[in-house]
Amino acid sequence: MKISPVRKYLREDRLPTIFCPGCGVGMIINATITALDQLKIDFKKTVMVSGIGCAGRIPGYIKVDSLHATHGRAIAYATGIKLANPELNVIVFTGDGDTGAIGISHFVHAARRNIDIKVICVNNLNYALTGGQFSPTTPKGAWTYTSPYGNIEGFFDLCELAVAAGASYVARWTVREIFSLVRSIKKAMKKKGFCFIEVISPCPTNFGRRNKMETSQELIRFFKEREISVKDAQGLSREEIRGKLIIGEFIDRELPEYTETYKELILVSQKRFKEPEKPGLAWIELEIRY
Amino acid sequence: MNNQKRKIDFLQGNDAIVEGAILAGCRFFAGYPITPSSEIMESMAKKLPLIGGVFIQMEDELGSIAAAIGASLTGLKAMTATSGPGFSLMQENIGLAIMCEVPIVIVNVMRGGPSTGLPTKASQADIMQTRWGHHGDGEVIALAPWSVQECLDLTIKAFNLAEEYRTPVIVLSDAILAHLREVVTIPNPEEIEIIERKRPKTPPEEFIPFKADETLVPPMAVLGEGYRVHYTGLSHDEHGYPTDDPENYRKLIERITAKIRKNADKIVSWDTKYIEDAELVLISYGSSARAALQSCIEARKQGYNVGFLKLTTIWPFPEKTVKKIAETVSKMLVLEQNMGQVVHLVKEATEGKAEVEFYSKVGGEPFLPQEILKQIRRIMK
Repeated sequence: MKISPVRKYLREDRLPTIFCPGCGVGMIINATITALDQLKIDFKKTVMVSGIGCAGRIPGYIKVDSLHATHGRAIAYATGIKLANPELNVIVFTGDGDTGAIGISHFVHAARRNIDIKVICVNNLNYALTGGQFSPTTPKGAWTYTSPYGNIEGFFDLCELAVAAGASYVARWTVREIFSLVRSIKKAMKKKGFCFIEVISPCPTNFGRRNKMETSQELIRFFKEREISVKDAQGLSREEIRGKLIIGEFIDRELPEYTETYKELILVSQKRFKEPEKPGLAWIELEIRY
Repeated sequence: MNNQKRKIDFLQGNDAIVEGAILAGCRFFAGYPITPSSEIMESMAKKLPLIGGVFIQMEDELGSIAAAIGASLTGLKAMTATSGPGFSLMQENIGLAIMCEVPIVIVNVMRGGPSTGLPTKASQADIMQTRWGHHGDGEVIALAPWSVQECLDLTIKAFNLAEEYRTPVIVLSDAILAHLREVVTIPNPEEIEIIERKRPKTPPEEFIPFKADETLVPPMAVLGEGYRVHYTGLSHDEHGYPTDDPENYRKLIERITAKIRKNADKIVSWDTKYIEDAELVLISYGSSARAALQSCIEARKQGYNVGFLKLTTIWPFPEKTVKKIAETVSKMLVLEQNMGQVVHLVKEATEGKAEVEFYSKVGGEPFLPQEILKQIRRIMK
């Protein structure tokens, strides 16, 4: 029997996982580890941080230093870890609730700082671990326990938000595009800056089942029918892309990274200012910058 | 005695806290501006880069404490500082630090509440929040300085206790101490006792991250050293893995509670004056204790046999000390700037052995010795 190369990176003593049959998380774990393995990233120097929800359980199954933190705060914990030891590779797994609702401020501000953290957001379109309530990314009209007459709120485009906030690299895939996902994770790992990868993931148990999609296959078909690439979406009006799921790379740019700039600040403070209180620090221009 | 001359400075309480933190080895600070604690973060912003430390202003207090806990996991000594409303926001993550046993120091410069309350004026109304603010069981350690010197000394002690017991330690200052300026002696680094967290002695493959010896405090690995520790706020076993097994949970909660409770005698500190012949003992802490001592001295001049107990450790509560004093005096008067918090602890500790009176002053103004004297006369007439 051929054993998956991913397996050696798992905490085998913790298997089986808590994830339901048909859940997309397994594919995302597989894609992440594959990307790290292909890049020969040192797992000893890698820290995985997560919040609460199904995605929050991911780091606990991988043989790395990991922190399963409080709901929404994973990126804030990761910010402290990365700043305290910039040598570490810091990967954060969040869910749509962590990123789009309770922890949205940390997400936006980590992107604004452009701190070198890689966020993989498992968007399963609902609060699944609590039994299936609507989240900021639940499609309009969907049935959940807290939208028993259909969800009246709109889908939150987390990728657009990350771009606006200043992230270095932003991409969205569904679990259908697993090779693109691996490529994106590899790209993100090589990049110095805040990277956000959103993965639309099937949740047959709590989302699909209640919206006439009993299996992952049906959910994946649901994604497929709505997918449109970033390229194809360009030039289309808001009306024309309504109801579409835009996938691909939203941005890939070089921007100053926070821990690097902080190192510079330390040097400047030590060399040039015994008392860093004088205005007009010449090493950073006064500007309003987006 | 050290030959090298100690530095004498004239500082406000908030700055003395920063001096103490840096002497204790604090190299990471995350915070969010809030009156009356902001000078702590301003001073950290200025000083930490100069010694290669990390300062970050986060987007809120939830993020501040989270970043500080994250930094502590990498082995740095980390701190955050806030005041009432911000302290409330930190509670959930204080719970995580208790559960995952992460050393961290939190300064709460108490101001009047509830809600926005009295941002620029003092109170002592966060005593119970400090202990019971996070949900669930678990213990914290809290120290209350009464002078600018103690702001410095107790911050050093807070870091030592956090490292020794792998737990959050809270420094309970208040708006009076924050901006009070006094002469402070800054100790030389070599004369300070610094305690560092226990590190694993076993190689990674043999290391069981939450298995404690008789001290009940397990050694702590640093992220990135290959120990591959999993930290979770969930109930976890000795390996750090989540489990909802009732027996396991009971053992975990018992251990993280006992590591503080069983060591309470070692942790607690207090000061007494004129206790020997006292009929009435004034009990106070923080800035209120200053007026209490003054009134005690005045009362003795007027012939009243009054004693004084200043609580330095609030949590764990020095109940044995209070009980012992209650056995020798007939009356106690608790003085605090709230509607009654420590007074309940005193009543519980005295077990009815002494009559416990309570006098409070809320409104942000400090106690005046004359006001307390009036109470002393009323009680002792």
